[in-house]
Amino acid sequence: MINKITQLFENKGKDILSIFFTAGFPELNSTQSIIRALEENGADMIEVGIPYSDPLADGPVIQKTSAMALRNGMSITTLFSQLTEIKKEVHIPLILMGYLNPVLQYGIENFCRQASRCGVSGVILPDLPIDEYETIYGKYFESNHLKFIFLITPDTSTNRILQIDNLSTGFIYAVSSTSTTGKEFCFSPVQIEYLNRLREMKLKNPVLVGFGIHNHETLTAAFGNARGAIIGSAYLKCLIEDNKVETVTRKFFNRLKSTIICLYN
Amino acid sequence: MIIQEPDTKGYYGPYGGAYIPEMLHRNVEELQANYLEIINDNGFQEDFINLLHNYVGRPTPLFPAKNLSSRFKTKIYLKREDLCHTGAHKLNNVVGQILLAKRLKKKHIIAETGAGQHGVATATVCALMGLRCTVFMGSKDIQRQQPNVLRMKMLGAEVIAATSGNQTLKDAINEAIRYWINHSDETHYVIGSTIGPHPYPDMVARFQSVISSEIRKQLLEKEGRETPDYVVACVGGGSNAAGAFYHFISDSQVKLIGVEAAGEGVGSSNTAATIAIGTEGIIHGCRTLLMQTPDGQTKEAHSISAGLDYPGIGPLHAYLHQSQRASYYAITDEEALNAAFDLALSEGIIPALESAHALALLPKIAFRPHDIVVVNLSGRGDKDLAIYQEYFSHDNHDK
Repeated sequence: MINKITQLFENKGKDILSIFFTAGFPELNSTQSIIRALEENGADMIEVGIPYSDPLADGPVIQKTSAMALRNGMSITTLFSQLTEIKKEVHIPLILMGYLNPVLQYGIENFCRQASRCGVSGVILPDLPIDEYETIYGKYFESNHLKFIFLITPDTSTNRILQIDNLSTGFIYAVSSTSTTGKEFCFSPVQIEYLNRLREMKLKNPVLVGFGIHNHETLTAAFGNARGAIIGSAYLKCLIEDNKVETVTRKFFNRLKSTIICLYN
Repeated sequence: MIIQEPDTKGYYGPYGGAYIPEMLHRNVEELQANYLEIINDNGFQEDFINLLHNYVGRPTPLFPAKNLSSRFKTKIYLKREDLCHTGAHKLNNVVGQILLAKRLKKKHIIAETGAGQHGVATATVCALMGLRCTVFMGSKDIQRQQPNVLRMKMLGAEVIAATSGNQTLKDAINEAIRYWINHSDETHYVIGSTIGPHPYPDMVARFQSVISSEIRKQLLEKEGRETPDYVVACVGGGSNAAGAFYHFISDSQVKLIGVEAAGEGVGSSNTAATIAIGTEGIIHGCRTLLMQTPDGQTKEAHSISAGLDYPGIGPLHAYLHQSQRASYYAITDEEALNAAFDLALSEGIIPALESAHALALLPKIAFRPHDIVVVNLSGRGDKDLAIYQEYFSHDNHDK
């Protein structure tokens, strides 16, 4: 069976929109309603965040949702059973994103097997070192048909980008600026130049850009300069303000769609 | 053979490494690529030794504690790190790292602090060297360590409250790392212990190793031999112990003893005894032992001493434990408090609560009369007076 991430990039040339949410927030059992709402409203891909007690790369929004998810009792085991229940309904690719330690404690090999079983197409673990992926853990992802997605930043050297492109199997997650998640800013010429540089490198993997995308301007810039965009904190912020998943998601997408329509129609 | 240095990727056996998100890669790689060359440079060594001598106040005395010795019927020496400028061993590492940061042309220094000792040491050296200094400290620790907050401010540092999590040392480290990610240009993060991603554990251990190198020289003068029978030191993240053990690690006849904080007891839920109850995992960019739930969430540590209140342990110690080169014991809050009062009354030295954990081990080991036991007295107790006072008024210490 063809991996859904591969399929997505084959079928859709541009403006790919991936949304991140923290599993277990606002309620322990919100996972399924969020996934349904995101798919119904037109997300192309979903990143399901595994909450962790010490999210070093995350800003205040994801710190808060992670802490609340853990208080709600979220764990990898619970997440897998939620994903299994909804598996048949989901048509877009699901990616698990989290920190390495909870996955290590679960057992990486078993994690990959279970993730694959419940319909997950890819995994992002930003603190798994490249060389350990290459020499130790990569085989578990590959044998379970999971794409492994690495991050790059404007500070990542050309050689390292090439090395990452070589190891990546789904897409490359280009962090818009060297920052923690949810730091709202405008795309400056520096970021545009960085994304241009990536395009000119003609990498074998498509590039999605994430971190800081929160409004019309930043989404426009992301769509204009990469295959697509990843939004996390901006969506979760709406869910912090109002926990009614369906209405919040619809409103959020209406705002995004007007952006997309006025740009490309 | 057990050695004190990690391999080129920062591993001590299975422990160590650098488990960091890409956003930190440039800064950490810059350190990995340059730290050894800078530290081994003659000019650097000259500056470092000069500052240790003239500013920190080294060498610190190796004091023969006669009253303790006669009580425990053995020969006890105290390595007086409490006599370093700012009151603890912390300054050794800070001087080294800030000299290194200057060579890497960094303009802004950030640090985390628990009890405030590392924060004060960092603010001190930044003032001396004219560098901007920002210290992250858990909101709870800011409340309980006010004198050190005032010292940092007087030294010109900005103190930022870490309001996430349990608002103690672990959260201060998280906030410092996040700030470093967001301000990666021109900023150096001075980690205060032998923790964090490679090269921090090795770098900090090297800067603190001056402690054991002095002990060797001082013992040779006093005892005609370079090695003691025992070295005892308290362990939070493990920097003073790493420094005190460092030059003895390959002398297998020297027994190395690390003392963790048991808090209210190793079996209680309020403990910081990572080696006793921890399991292998990742904390703050490093594979080591840590206190965690079966789901891999970091547990909160508890110790009466803010400096030992850390749910992880440096990878060198995890390795020395695993290879049985060093042994680790846990001492409760109560035992540490008693040991602090004992030292005050028997030798006229008020130790830091952290160091009191090391002293509290003395009655638990059957030393022989001719044994030479070196206890690393890592810091002085001024910062803990409020806790001592409370204990004094509550308890039966009206001797």
